[in-house]
Amino acid sequence: MSSNVNVGLTNVGPETHPLTWRYTRAGKAVLDIQEYEALEGYSALKKALAMAQTDVQAEVKASNLRGRGGAGFPTGVKWSLIPMGPDVGQKYLVCNADEMEPGTFKDRMLMEELPHQLVEAMALAAYAIGASKGFIFLRGEYILAAERLNAAIDQAKAAGYLGENIQGSGFNFELFVHTGAGRYICGEETALINSLEGRRANPRTKPPFPQLAGAWGKPTIVNNVETLMNIPPILLRGAEWFKGLSQGKSPDAGTKMYGISGRAKITGLWELPIGTSCRELLYTHGGGMADGLELACWLPGGASTDFLMPEHLDLPMDYDTIMKAGSRMGTALIMVVDNKQNIVSVVRNLEQFFARESCGWCTPCRDGLPWTVKILQAIEKGEGEPDDIDTLQQLTRFLGPGKTFCAHAPGAMEPLQSALKYFPDAFKQGIRAEA
Amino acid sequence: MSTANSSQSSTPYSALIATENGAPFVLTESERHEIEHAIHHYEDPRAASIDALKIVQKHRRWVPDGAIALIAELLSISAADVEGVATFYNRIYRQPVGRHVIIVCDSIGCFLTGFDELYAALQSTLGIQPGQTTADDRFTLLPVCCLGACDRGPVLMINDDTHFNVSPSNLNQVLEQYI
Repeated sequence: MSSNVNVGLTNVGPETHPLTWRYTRAGKAVLDIQEYEALEGYSALKKALAMAQTDVQAEVKASNLRGRGGAGFPTGVKWSLIPMGPDVGQKYLVCNADEMEPGTFKDRMLMEELPHQLVEAMALAAYAIGASKGFIFLRGEYILAAERLNAAIDQAKAAGYLGENIQGSGFNFELFVHTGAGRYICGEETALINSLEGRRANPRTKPPFPQLAGAWGKPTIVNNVETLMNIPPILLRGAEWFKGLSQGKSPDAGTKMYGISGRAKITGLWELPIGTSCRELLYTHGGGMADGLELACWLPGGASTDFLMPEHLDLPMDYDTIMKAGSRMGTALIMVVDNKQNIVSVVRNLEQFFARESCGWCTPCRDGLPWTVKILQAIEKGEGEPDDIDTLQQLTRFLGPGKTFCAHAPGAMEPLQSALKYFPDAFKQGIRAEA
Repeated sequence: MSTANSSQSSTPYSALIATENGAPFVLTESERHEIEHAIHHYEDPRAASIDALKIVQKHRRWVPDGAIALIAELLSISAADVEGVATFYNRIYRQPVGRHVIIVCDSIGCFLTGFDELYAALQSTLGIQPGQTTADDRFTLLPVCCLGACDRGPVLMINDDTHFNVSPSNLNQVLEQYI
């Protein structure tokens, strides 16, 4: 059941790929704690425990690490919003491992192949923010990841990297794997916290932000798996080293787990300098489209990102560039749509997903998404009404940013609005001729 | 307060729920034990509601009405809250399911690589629609959102096993593993 990882298997030199370097050095999953320690595992935690908490935070802030869950918020800034000091009391660190964004399979690989790197990262991050308890919110379907993370936690406890008085530092940290029971909306930060508390996963009003009032009303930091797993290498080798990993391809720092799905020759995951172009990813690493197929358009990072076109292939895949091109980098696992697909059907599939996964909390999302699906189904069958395209355009505004409680519906509108923009004729063809 | 009144007010809600054989629904020792253990992982018993539902489901394949009320009592929350949670999460089953539950990814990655053909083949092979269970109680078929293996789609899970690159041509080999 191991993942289709194509990441730099020849990369056995100095650490240039912080997320997969230990995996490629070992040539396989690193499950045993001694093997992980031999690859400098847990050295970053030991180093951090000898530093002041604020210095650890400062190093992460200086590294320019941005959230790898999709939003790209600077991790150090997020951490700096959590109250520090002896009077704050209980705080929590939560790892968002509820990977369910269609097109995304990076956190699965990272957790299955390198569970200790996440455990170390959580202990280290918890120390930096002063959290004594952590949860890995893992989707229930990741059976192997749960098994391997729990085994890693047991080993780490026995070795004194978790629990009471870690490595004699006086710092205590307890880590627990919480497995979910489905629903995409659990990946939304505040919905995730509600779910962790055993409630329906409806998002919460912000503010207050989780950094002030999160799980059980206490200050809480929620970070994605890939984000966290960058942190031990940053502490070990420094912020400047991390910034250099993007090799000038982007003002952003570090590497990124990039991936390809859809009908490309080679699909899978690659850890590459952030800012690598989609052309390099798809044609150099993915071997191009499958035989007989041409690229029609692509989703840069999950179902909730706007389509981009072949003309965007040379853009560096980083947060700001992809944003300027009218989309979002999202999770950076691209999905290629080939010329044999009916784009209306592709969008219908995407919107069906969002309609089913709406938590139902706010009206535009709960009612607007099924409405969108109905119109798309009609257009798909050639039974669209003359004003259906206008209605779809209107829905992209009514369900857009600022109109709903969370980012679910606005995310759903991204592929729709871009498909309407780039493929107007495909939609027009599905409109019934006026009698 | 009279004795009669107090005994009436302390009648647990769970005792009022009808069961098929008329006897009150009870959790097994191991279910009760596992739920009590799960509570200790969290700050507050309510947080164990999803774990509790999953524990009951692990033992019985699904979550009957009586279990909702008993979980509520163990967690000191209302049965309505437990039911609200049970019906929110798609991996908690409030209806009986077959011995093996097939969940098929119907999201975009698998859609691009052959979901429609696979789903049609599943329905015709099993002779059921999504949401139904085969007459011999062997399989229940359900759709699910992205299973996080888009590079190896179409993907489905049967119980705890993930199967990659499933197509109408290798479907029978996959199904044969589950009796």
